[in-house]
Amino acid sequence: MSRGQALVTADWVSEHLDDPKVVLVEVDEDTTAYDGGHIKGAIKLDWKQDLQDPVRRDFVNKEQFSALLSDRGISNDDTVVLYGGNNNWFAAYAYWYFKLYGHEDVRLLDGGRKKWELDARELSTDEVKREPTTYVARDQDRSIRAFRDDTVAAIGAQNLVDVRSPDEFAGRLLAPAHLPQEQAQRAGHIPTAVNVPWSKAANDDGTFKSDDELKQIYGDAGLDWNKDTIAYCRIGERSSHTWFVLHELLEQPNVKNYDGSWTEYGSLVGVPVALGDEPGEAEPNQEG
Amino acid sequence: MCGATKGGLGLAGVDVDSEAVIQGRVLRGGNPVAGAYVRLLDGGGEFTAEVQTSATGHFRFFAADGRWTLRTLAPGVSTDRLVVASVGNVSEVDIELEA
Repeated sequence: MSRGQALVTADWVSEHLDDPKVVLVEVDEDTTAYDGGHIKGAIKLDWKQDLQDPVRRDFVNKEQFSALLSDRGISNDDTVVLYGGNNNWFAAYAYWYFKLYGHEDVRLLDGGRKKWELDARELSTDEVKREPTTYVARDQDRSIRAFRDDTVAAIGAQNLVDVRSPDEFAGRLLAPAHLPQEQAQRAGHIPTAVNVPWSKAANDDGTFKSDDELKQIYGDAGLDWNKDTIAYCRIGERSSHTWFVLHELLEQPNVKNYDGSWTEYGSLVGVPVALGDEPGEAEPNQEG
Repeated sequence: MCGATKGGLGLAGVDVDSEAVIQGRVLRGGNPVAGAYVRLLDGGGEFTAEVQTSATGHFRFFAADGRWTLRTLAPGVSTDRLVVASVGNVSEVDIELEA
């Protein structure tokens, strides 16, 4: 992957609004945004209702994902262009998810819904219905998904990138500040993780910074380009944004997204946790 | 300030005692602006959260003790406002955009 293959501009989308092989998909945390107006021809995916198992904490399986995309009228050879609110957090999450299930041609609209709105581009409230297809998902590509054991094993051995805000990293906040702070899990971060908030990779309008700027940001933060990397946040959506930057834009070979992220790690019994603004040590001296 | 209703968002369901709430409205010529982007930056200028204003121009953050900046984006305009938040208090801020 590279920037030219993974990212499209708002102008590119405007030029492909009537291209039958380009499927625009809006992905939001709150789908009322889509209902209030979406890019012409775009269908919607609800990151929770459509992409999460309703009972267990996991994704829908390969068969369910195949059925979902078939129902929404997406074919295996379509170019899927994802965009959404929250600076593309959930669109980036869906991008990673489509890649997890092996979709060939997926792209992200640079700047997402925000850039589109700030440009005062047109939104439509027309109902969009695509003819059903027969979509066949592949087995999950586990080379881009980290589980908790991978993450614990990476402490002091691989790059761990905590992409939450500095206050969440340090343990002063437990969730992004637009959400209530009451949570069950412990505050802090995984020892040795560097803190590079996802937002450092984006401009105010939600577009990604240049490759040179991005390399500088992660290099300055202490990312070792010769090591494998696991990115995490609170629930795995902001870290998908950073996974996209490292794996798709900067073409780092081994980058995984830990979708369990802090809501899992911060609830585990017996794992090390670091507090404060510094990464912390791999094996802190513990008394008793 | 014609057209604008005085008073902030209702706080039903919010545990005000344990939250440092920052909330308010985005206005243009005294009228609420829906769909503006409000970014919450911490004392070091680092992004912390972002919301879009509601149909009535309202926004709300759950912050922590300290000094924060509200950066408001709408087509063709970006404006910053400083605000102080503390747990147990609700900081009400009205942001007026240049017409």
